[in-house]
Amino acid sequence: MKVKTKFFAAIKDIVGTPEVELEITPGTTAGDLFQRYCRQHPRLNQYAERIMISVNLEFVSPETHLKDWDEIAFIPPVSGG
Amino acid sequence: MLEITESHIELEPLVQHVRKNANGAVVTFLGVVRDFSRGHNVVYLEYEAYREMAIRKMQQIADEVREKWSIDDIAIVHRVGHLEVGERAVAIAVGAPHRGVAFEACEYAIDRLKEIVPIWKKEVGEGGEAWIDDRP
Repeated sequence: MKVKTKFFAAIKDIVGTPEVELEITPGTTAGDLFQRYCRQHPRLNQYAERIMISVNLEFVSPETHLKDWDEIAFIPPVSGG
Repeated sequence: MLEITESHIELEPLVQHVRKNANGAVVTFLGVVRDFSRGHNVVYLEYEAYREMAIRKMQQIADEVREKWSIDDIAIVHRVGHLEVGERAVAIAVGAPHRGVAFEACEYAIDRLKEIVPIWKKEVGEGGEAWIDDRP
């Protein structure tokens, strides 16, 4: 199954792209996906304790199981306003 | 009225949006780009939003304000892109029958925006640039 991951701000600078579509195996959690990107981009590890994860525009826990065509984002601490 | 914009924010449309004959108070807040932050001179800011989610989280704030104060009349507009010192990054207007709750709700809305709305700023100064993501 396939999911779309979006990257913003400092996370986007590290990954180098705003959006990736990726094939994942059933049972993959949101946290697993972040770990997968951390292995590809070790600088992401500095955000491991601080990011929030969203699935389909809502914050979720890292244990959330991903579904086909979910849209995931790794949200660094926000700084609007 | 919950919007992300690339353009200069005029306050009057927000005021008009929350002004009603039943509302004796309209409280507004403007967040403006400062020239000095965290010990550095700021040349400009670059704002980025996860737009669809930002709007949804602004809606959540409007819902929370309705639950807490029974206030329906709130407008939030946040600007993204390149902002110079002195430009407006965010505007909020709250209309309510009396000023007390309008002040409270407006402060609550900007505090919550800074907690849950996925928008980020990058400070660009004379010494370099950095995304602000450490919640001072």
